Amino acid sequence: MFGKLTWEAIPFDQPIPLVTSAVLIVVLTGLLLWVAVKGYIPYLWKEWITSVDHKRIGIMYCLLALVMLLRGFSDALMMRSQQALAFNAPGYLPPEHYDQIFSAHGTIMIFFVAMPFVVGLMNFAVPLQLGVRDVAFPTLNSVSFWLTAAGALLVNVSLVVGEFARTGWLPFPPLSELTYSPGVGVDYYAWSLELSGIGTLMAGINMVTTILKMRAPGMSYTRMPVFCWTSLASNLLIVAAFPILTASLAMLLLDRYVGFHFFTNEAGGNPMMFMNLIWAWGHPEVYILVLPAFGVFSEVIATFSSKPLFGYRSMVIATMAICLLSFLVWLHHFFTMGPGGDVNGFFGIMSMIIAIPTGVKLFNWLFTMYGGRVRFTSPMLWAVGFMVTFALGGMTGVLLAVPPADFVLHNSLFLVAHFHNVIIGGVLFGAFAGYTYWFPKAFGFSLDERLGKAAFWCWFVGFYVAFMPLYVLGLLGMTRRMQHYTQPEWYPWVLVAGLGALIVLTGIILQVTQLTVSIRTRAHRRELTGDPWDGRTLEWATSSPPPAYNFAVLHNVESEEPYWGMKLEARENLHLLAEPKYEAIEVPRNSPTGFITAFFAVVTGFSLIWHIWWLVVLGLVGAYATFVVLAWRDVVETTIPVEEVAREDRANRAARLDALRAAGRAKRPQAQEALA
Amino acid sequence: MPQARLQCLLTALAVPFLLEGCSGAILSPAGPVGSAERTILLNSLAIMLAIVIPTIVATLAFAWWFRATNKRARYLPEWAYSGRIELIVWSIPALVVFFLGGIAWLGSHDLDPARPLPSSTKPLEVDVVSLDWKWLFIYPDQGVASVNRLVAPVGIPLHLRITSATVLSVFFVPRLGSEIYAMNGMASQLNLQADEPGVFPGLAAHFSGDGFSDMNFEMHALPAADFTAWTTATRTTGPELDEASYRTLLKQTENVKPYTYSAVQAGLFDAILLQKLPPGDGPHSGRPNASVSPAREK
Repeated sequence: MFGKLTWEAIPFDQPIPLVTSAVLIVVLTGLLLWVAVKGYIPYLWKEWITSVDHKRIGIMYCLLALVMLLRGFSDALMMRSQQALAFNAPGYLPPEHYDQIFSAHGTIMIFFVAMPFVVGLMNFAVPLQLGVRDVAFPTLNSVSFWLTAAGALLVNVSLVVGEFARTGWLPFPPLSELTYSPGVGVDYYAWSLELSGIGTLMAGINMVTTILKMRAPGMSYTRMPVFCWTSLASNLLIVAAFPILTASLAMLLLDRYVGFHFFTNEAGGNPMMFMNLIWAWGHPEVYILVLPAFGVFSEVIATFSSKPLFGYRSMVIATMAICLLSFLVWLHHFFTMGPGGDVNGFFGIMSMIIAIPTGVKLFNWLFTMYGGRVRFTSPMLWAVGFMVTFALGGMTGVLLAVPPADFVLHNSLFLVAHFHNVIIGGVLFGAFAGYTYWFPKAFGFSLDERLGKAAFWCWFVGFYVAFMPLYVLGLLGMTRRMQHYTQPEWYPWVLVAGLGALIVLTGIILQVTQLTVSIRTRAHRRELTGDPWDGRTLEWATSSPPPAYNFAVLHNVESEEPYWGMKLEARENLHLLAEPKYEAIEVPRNSPTGFITAFFAVVTGFSLIWHIWWLVVLGLVGAYATFVVLAWRDVVETTIPVEEVAREDRANRAARLDALRAAGRAKRPQAQEALA
Repeated sequence: MPQARLQCLLTALAVPFLLEGCSGAILSPAGPVGSAERTILLNSLAIMLAIVIPTIVATLAFAWWFRATNKRARYLPEWAYSGRIELIVWSIPALVVFFLGGIAWLGSHDLDPARPLPSSTKPLEVDVVSLDWKWLFIYPDQGVASVNRLVAPVGIPLHLRITSATVLSVFFVPRLGSEIYAMNGMASQLNLQADEPGVFPGLAAHFSGDGFSDMNFEMHALPAADFTAWTTATRTTGPELDEASYRTLLKQTENVKPYTYSAVQAGLFDAILLQKLPPGDGPHSGRPNASVSPAREK
């Protein structure tokens, strides 16, 4: 009846996962009860869960990322504390538990923190920057998000029911084959990523279509903000690379479920093929994550230097060059399989060539600051911190691309330090910069700057204290994923790294505090004009938070920085541009399709993991039925009346005019008199 | 001693690339392969630091000088393009990569693990098998074998053929250089040499399951005469490695203390390599059963 699932699947004999999951279940139930008692359920259902508004979906992506960051970081703390205690000792986490933790840490941080964070920021900001009303396929967008959430849920269920993969964040066969991993851990891993991977692929298709086909009138490709360009590159990579991930995991699942031999030791299987396939996805994945972060930095540095981005065309060329080259470097992940001098030499040089456009970007940000008026707000701190940190991380990356150097550094903690250096220093700093930068746009009030800056410094210092020792440990010959060790010269460095993790923890606590404090004091931090940072791109031309339809009328784009142009004109005349002619706007109707599909996806995934075949069939039928119901829908849009559009836009224009006059008074008192 | 360590710590914090003085495994190589790799590593690092340090300094300097409150800094609100700067920012990284690419290309060929080391003496052949979770070293010419201890003469090249009887693993002696994957059904070629006598830690540098952390071995580099004495002594004591004892060895075990085999059945390594002897069959015990969550044998 329930396949492999019995009461024994719950780890009653292991206090750590048991207590953690018990606490989580209590907290979640409490939260749900509170929501229900307060009567928020209809609001959540109508405004968020069934919403197909790209801004709401983007926000939910980011929220998912922030929540999963807490989970992934708890894993990191457990790893650091285990290694701090496990010098000549067993520590407190036995291998079968420790192995799950580092696997879950990597899986969660990449797939359920970094990915949803950048996808969320793109979802939120790209349509606004393009000056359009929504993404190309709003309902599909909701399905994409909920499938990602479904994957995240399954990964977390493995904490309570069964186990998670003990194979590392990429399940290399033959270790991940049924022979060596007979447990349900690899199945949890694979089915979660199949679900979220399909979600990501659909999000990618959606975003590519949006950028290519839906831009404001006059916005040619060379007038798109750089964030849109990097998003385009990133989503093209998603469309090209994620099918490889889905297919490789599908092959692994065929091996495990129906006795195929794609990657097994026996019967002609070839584990090296998995290595090639997974890295043919895995290396582009790095750029899928970091390109949007580069885009955020381009926006942030230009805005807070009060200057246009230096070398716009150069930036675009560099972005697209990275997009192409990222598919030609995957083999550097296994130089040490002995492919020979020609192959290693070729992929080493290709990997270095990627450093050229990346270096160009760094220099262009540098020259964007040159001649600027740099305002050190917290997004700008993240950006400058990124430039310093990423220069180092990029350098160690190029070092690892030199095959003879890689022969002694591969799989060592030097490598671990390198990819944390670029993923924390690049992707995560970028995501945090974007989060603080667009928060006032999303919610109409700003985050507390003092706490934000304190959080930045903790992350920045904590990163260095946590990861510089890992570089040293790599040079000392320490390899990754050790549950315990006996070499005395490693011990002090491991302790320092643990201290670094604690400093980062302080940063995270400060970020949680920042969010809480900012929400509680939101009445004082309202942002009425829609342009809190003196921005340059179109998202700042509408109110904060923007209405469901984003823009009352679509702007006519005549330059690279359309909003800056409008603003200069308004400042010159001390008057806003003439009021546009308002019309009624059609917006897509909300739909529970995404949520219901994801519900059935979780049911299907869970029952596949536990071999509950009847439930698999039920889940698939349910998902198909949901699709049929959606396809039969007659009314897909709802109309917002012209009065409402006009009223909302006039309110925003009034706030902007007030701000403009106040600024004008401060600058040119005589002009103010003339105006009066 | 603690003072020396502290000094080491401070030096390392200030300039990580000067770690040489500490007992840095990779930075204090004991053989020609490791030395060549260290040289390439440090040279590449130096070339890149020549660009990276000025870039970091410029980032901080520009950000500070052009701060909004600095009235002396020039404000160029429209300045966003300069052909000359564009040329420089593209050519600096391009030149560095051109230079490093040359180093990478030559180094990949010179230090290809499969390439025999130049030497007047015939290399010592060792066949290496990675098992769950220990290393088996077979000396085909000497007819002996050892577990978790690799013994080799100083100054004579070693030619290793490396395979795996189970999952992927990586053979690595940090002080000798060049790690390489061990894969079932395949033999990786690795040429190494120890130039000084000593005991060097060796490890599995790729996660391979629950017993991975103890999958270490010792590499004993002995003077040539001592090596001969060791092989002679080894032949006289200890069990023999034949198909039956190999199958016992194939079972998952952890933290295995080093020991030796006095004789090895001929063709055993090839039988493992060609899968005439089947690969290891993984964990059997389980909590609550292996198909849900296998635990280690206690």
